[in-house]
Amino acid sequence: MSDSPAIAHGAPETAVSADNAHDEHPSYLRHHFESTEQQADATNFAMWLFLLTEVMFFGGLFTAYLIYRNWYYPAFVAGSHQLSIPLGGLNTLLLITSSFTMAMGVWCAETHRKSGLVLCLILTLILGLGFLGIKTIEYSEKFEKHHVPSYHYSLQSFLDPDSDAAAKAAGDKPLPLDMARKTEVYFSLYFAMTGMHALHMIIGVAILSFMIFRARAGAYTSGHVTFVENFGLYWHFVDIIWIFLFPLLYLISRH
Amino acid sequence: MSEPKEHAHHIVSPKIYAVILLALLVGTATTVWASYIDLGIFNPIIALAIACTKATLVVLFFMHVKYSSKLTKLTVFAGVFTFLILIGMTLSDYFSRAWGQW
Repeated sequence: MSDSPAIAHGAPETAVSADNAHDEHPSYLRHHFESTEQQADATNFAMWLFLLTEVMFFGGLFTAYLIYRNWYYPAFVAGSHQLSIPLGGLNTLLLITSSFTMAMGVWCAETHRKSGLVLCLILTLILGLGFLGIKTIEYSEKFEKHHVPSYHYSLQSFLDPDSDAAAKAAGDKPLPLDMARKTEVYFSLYFAMTGMHALHMIIGVAILSFMIFRARAGAYTSGHVTFVENFGLYWHFVDIIWIFLFPLLYLISRH
Repeated sequence: MSEPKEHAHHIVSPKIYAVILLALLVGTATTVWASYIDLGIFNPIIALAIACTKATLVVLFFMHVKYSSKLTKLTVFAGVFTFLILIGMTLSDYFSRAWGQW
């Protein structure tokens, strides 16, 4: 492993000093890269390619949502009236702030501030967990009202809006039975989209915990910031998905 | 560490991050406020316009694309462009068919 530079250069004297090969370059520079810049560029490029596959993945869900919303418009309006804008708005604030703390974390890593990095990562973790906690509150309300698509799905809020506080507050009119059934399509997409988003958050929170552990040992503040940087890209991407989910699911049918 | 030879690596200052955070919070407040006003067809358009603006700010500054290499810029642009073709052509097909008339 450590003698690959010697083979590359073909110079006998480097073969002798192969044991010291790591003195000539940072330990985190893999031998198949020429320089740390090249390594950082290649890793960054790979991360963006991964994020593009994620864009296409979520893009399919967004496209399905837009088509079904156009087809079953009254059902989608009534369905979205069941969501809480204060809770969704609070979650947006939490996530945007967590993106800021993550960006500050990258800055701390770049400027070799170890305690600052640990603090930023912990704040990001707390904000991320706060988001997931509020999402749990929202989900549990959907379970209580039988708005989770399944055999037990209840149409009551849509056939008789006056019996439902949220529907009554929004001034919903009773939907015909066939349209009321389509609210199940709305909630299927709601759970698919927010669920996939929450899964990305959970994966992010897991990686964050690992990074806090490593950052405390000084892993990212000695010049090798690629991991923090690329995790930052992932975290900001998840933030962007929510930036689109919030208006599409909660807001655009509110007035 | 090494001399400022790291030409490719631009460090974005916390001041810029703070300004972007502020812009994102203002955008969130605006989109919530606008959603309570009945603007007809313009409700979703305004909501998506604000969301696209916020996403652009995140990509350019939080994700450093403004300061990245041409390769990164091209990658991001190509991805968004392909995504818009996919979603645009799919939606224009669905919305322009003479549903139920054949």
